Amino acid sequence: MLEIKNIDVHYGVIHVLKGISFTVNDGEIVTLIGANGAGKTTTLRTISGLKKPTSGTILLDGEDITQVSPRERVKRGISHAPEGRRIFPDMTVLENLELGAYLRKDKEEIAKDLKKVYERFPILYDRKKQLAGTLSGGEQQMLAIGRALMSRPRILFLDEPSMGLAPFLVQEIFNIIKDINTTGTTILLVEQNASMALQIAHRAYVLETGSIVLSGTGAELMQSDEIKKAYLGG
Amino acid sequence: MKKIFETQAVRKLVFLALTFVIIQLLISTNIIDAYLQNTLAAICINIILAVSLNLITGFTGQFSLGHAGFMSIGAYTCAIITLRMPTMLGFFLGVFAGAVLAALIGFVVGLPTLRLRGDYLAIATLGMAEIIRIVFINLKITNGAAGLQGIPRFVNWTWLFIFTVGTVLLISNFLKSSHGRACIAIREDEIAADAMGINTTKYKVTAFVIGAFCAGIAGALYASYFYFLKPNIFDFLKSVNVLVIVVLGGLGSISGSIFAAILLEIISTFLQSLSELRMVMYALLLIIIMIFRPQGLMGSKEVTLSVFNKLGGNFRSGMSKLEQRLKSKKGRV
Repeated sequence: MLEIKNIDVHYGVIHVLKGISFTVNDGEIVTLIGANGAGKTTTLRTISGLKKPTSGTILLDGEDITQVSPRERVKRGISHAPEGRRIFPDMTVLENLELGAYLRKDKEEIAKDLKKVYERFPILYDRKKQLAGTLSGGEQQMLAIGRALMSRPRILFLDEPSMGLAPFLVQEIFNIIKDINTTGTTILLVEQNASMALQIAHRAYVLETGSIVLSGTGAELMQSDEIKKAYLGG
Repeated sequence: MKKIFETQAVRKLVFLALTFVIIQLLISTNIIDAYLQNTLAAICINIILAVSLNLITGFTGQFSLGHAGFMSIGAYTCAIITLRMPTMLGFFLGVFAGAVLAALIGFVVGLPTLRLRGDYLAIATLGMAEIIRIVFINLKITNGAAGLQGIPRFVNWTWLFIFTVGTVLLISNFLKSSHGRACIAIREDEIAADAMGINTTKYKVTAFVIGAFCAGIAGALYASYFYFLKPNIFDFLKSVNVLVIVVLGGLGSISGSIFAAILLEIISTFLQSLSELRMVMYALLLIIIMIFRPQGLMGSKEVTLSVFNKLGGNFRSGMSKLEQRLKSKKGRV
């Protein structure tokens, strides 16, 4: 459903993405792994329209969306839970979730989706009147994912959802991601926690200083010696 | 739910009407004399300025130091029009033209500068206000540094009240709409707002333009009430004064801005008799308030009329307890 062709991105004079290409098929979990500064976050930001590429094309369902505004991309089914959660701290949990559905006008369907998010994350229901900034790290991450789901995306971008979380929470978040995927949402996941990401991903790409150096199914990459040495601590 | 809304609206209306009538009575019985009427006018104008700057800085999170510039555009436009057309129609035309012109300049300035963030935006808006001031010093139609005199006065308490309530309602209703939500989301996290599909540039410029429009109204009222204008009234310090009101009242609180505007004007009126010490005392008070209430008097909370309800409720329950106690005492005797 998503096809990235030869994307180049510069921050000033720094060449961050050097002509990367990859695809995400309908219903998959695809993960981008790699070290700090490899360009993972930039890749997501470019596809969701927060950063303009210098060259290359982005196709969504075969349509070129390279020049389309972030707003239009959300309308077409892309939803981005940005790095570092970036919830709205001085708003309540409910207000955060409502803003996730900002572009939608179908009130009844929004109410249904809100219910679904609360079912998936009961803690958010308990805290719906609480200011989002007062939630714990794990709860904030759940809110960020819940908020991203409120636009009813066809493809969900998750940028380092495990960042700064306790190990048992990391496991929980990954279970949730898997579950979201089985209910029909395609997922593009960026992670530093390579072993966890590879376990749930159908396919994976390894980014190194702005280029894709390896790709394969999650299981294949788990077995690869290079990956073991560089990312899995083996 | 609907009933609650209706009774609240009615209560609001009664509260506003009472405020208006009481002050009108105090004016006609001369308890609020000519001198205090100036204070009253300054309060109303400051409320409009502070609430509109709060929309830009407190709610949308764009640090602007250019409010005096927008105010001066409204003031000079209204003055120039009413000097040539000294009728009520001329006054309305002046207020309208001043507000629209200020909004227009706000749009032209806002579009490029709102790409800047935080302190950079503050410097850019400060520069804009200075440019406007210097243009007014050098224009013939504004009579340069000497300024304009004898501007006919059409503003009285009634018009001050109507314009103040009008702008406060305009801004608070805007904030309650989904547009207002979008503005607050931008303040909270611009990148996340972008990712939600909010057109951040559009809303930043919209907030800026509405703020400038209202500052234009405030300027027009100023010109017509104080019938004397010179460019130096609208200097950097004027912008800072408005910002002080907003920060003191609480960034993101409309009622905070209103309280702070009233409080500061009353304080400075009372300090008038201290002459030189006045500014020292004023500054000292600000420092003390900011130490003890760094989030401003109101933080980001709002006072609604239900507070009076609660007070009333407490009073009533207190009275009935007292009654019971009295009764039981009587019983004992």
